[in-house]
Amino acid sequence: MRFSDAARPELGDPAARRGRRRAAAEARGRRADAVGGFPGWEALREAGAAIRERTLRELGTHLETLEAAVEEEGGHVHWARDAAEARRIIDSLLPDDVPAALVRSDVTDEIGLDGAEPGPHSKAAVVGAGFLVAETGTLVVAERGDGLSFPGTLVAVAGIEDVVPGWTDLEVLLQLVSRAGAGVPMRPAISTRTGDFALVLLDNGRTTVLADPDGRAALRCVHCSACSDVCPVFQRTGPRPYGPGRAGPIGAVLTPQVRGVEAPLGASLPFASTLCGACADVCPVKIDIPAMLVHLRGRVVDARRGRPVPPPEMLLMRGLAWSMGDERRYEHTLVRRARWARLLARDGRIRRLPGLFGKWTDARDLPAPPRQSFRAWWRRRR
Amino acid sequence: MTAREEILGRVRGAFPGGDGGGVTVPRGYRRRAPVPRGDVIALFGERLADRRAAVRHVALDELAVAMAAMLWAREAKRVAVPADLPRAWLPGLDGVRPLTDDPPLDPAALAEADGVVTGCALAIAETGTVVLDGGRAQGRRELTLVPRHHLCVVHADQIVHTVPEAVGRLDPYLPLSWISGPSAGRTLEILVVEDW
Repeated sequence: MRFSDAARPELGDPAARRGRRRAAAEARGRRADAVGGFPGWEALREAGAAIRERTLRELGTHLETLEAAVEEEGGHVHWARDAAEARRIIDSLLPDDVPAALVRSDVTDEIGLDGAEPGPHSKAAVVGAGFLVAETGTLVVAERGDGLSFPGTLVAVAGIEDVVPGWTDLEVLLQLVSRAGAGVPMRPAISTRTGDFALVLLDNGRTTVLADPDGRAALRCVHCSACSDVCPVFQRTGPRPYGPGRAGPIGAVLTPQVRGVEAPLGASLPFASTLCGACADVCPVKIDIPAMLVHLRGRVVDARRGRPVPPPEMLLMRGLAWSMGDERRYEHTLVRRARWARLLARDGRIRRLPGLFGKWTDARDLPAPPRQSFRAWWRRRR
Repeated sequence: MTAREEILGRVRGAFPGGDGGGVTVPRGYRRRAPVPRGDVIALFGERLADRRAAVRHVALDELAVAMAAMLWAREAKRVAVPADLPRAWLPGLDGVRPLTDDPPLDPAALAEADGVVTGCALAIAETGTVVLDGGRAQGRRELTLVPRHHLCVVHADQIVHTVPEAVGRLDPYLPLSWISGPSAGRTLEILVVEDW
């Protein structure tokens, strides 16, 4: 489904919109407090962006280092091409007779896992990893860290990009993710565990994203949710219209890359933004989401070029290109269109445009064009 | 082809010119700051207060009495303690029964505890965090997860100023729990012992 269609019911619920607006405002306030007075925040962001970029560029090496370190400490590493394979592996790792507890994360949601929170009686747990330190083989859970702590089988699930090269890198990333996302100096419960767990590393489209030089920076994401808290679109629509993947601005750049720009959702998400840039301003690892959205809009348009029946906006743009390609044609078009537009106007405003253009006037009026164009006025002045 | 080979192949294939490398990490962020000890300890107290964790500063000879007062205030009658908790910490309290984790308490016994008393590996002033690594006076990790009330004793010497200082001192091979304020329905109270 297209983003705009999926958003319609959400927009029609004013109570939910008020709730989201209030929650987002609170989150922004907390974040501003946690970041504003912190000395060297920008230097920390620079370091975080570089750590994540370096991780992606050397990902193969770090993954192999991680695998060796985990197995050295008595753990096991499994690789999953997609969500179904990950679920199969996890099933085979868990004991049959006891229900497994789950510590949720974006990646456990991605592969569709379900389960109760862990407690002292849990015999097996699946946790979504926050970070994995390649050098030491350490699993870090930065949110609801309790799952690491109960005895029994432990299965960690992570995207291949969740690896960080060295232990020291945590001093940067833990601060960034806590202050930018939760708006606190440190998340309330963080746990680490080295060795003695099974690790499932998930691709599920990530290597496709990695292969696009203009899109791969989206994989720097440390799952802090700061971009959603500042996004005016997300604030109005909530997470649902973003579909089954990640929500908010980071979802708008990841989903089209992972699922392709041909299907309605992937083709519409890059346009679900005003390009206001708030997300790039707050991102702790400096992902330039607006630039990536523009890049993806280009890919959406390119993907449509080959269609036997060109979409309406492409016909429109071709027409514009033709009329603007020649001065006389341009003048003629301008005069004729302005005359038509004035016919539609009442009291200097156009309240409804015909056909497809009508969507534009659904939510706003268009001022009637003046009797005299700028070019005509300029000629007369000289 | 195995999933491993396929995924690693695709990862490497994303960079046709070999490993993308060439990124140096600018480490210009603040790793430590010249701040007097007293200010670091005061900052730790402020951050804890921001996170709604109760904090009291005491001298070593006041520790047992302060702990008694805090446990009484919480009406904590059965208190789980690690086997190697220093005896001097625990006051001879009327009505408070320490449940020593030796032999290990089973989940049912642990669930009945009203609170837990531990030490810590270190504390971070700037974030109001205590870090436990299972070392001296800390016990196993489950101890601090089940009871709804956690009283943690921190020595002033154990408080570092910044997160990088803490990461530099911690051992990655130990199971670490970073606790910053109350969470998941559990309260946190801190006793800072100023002299040792």
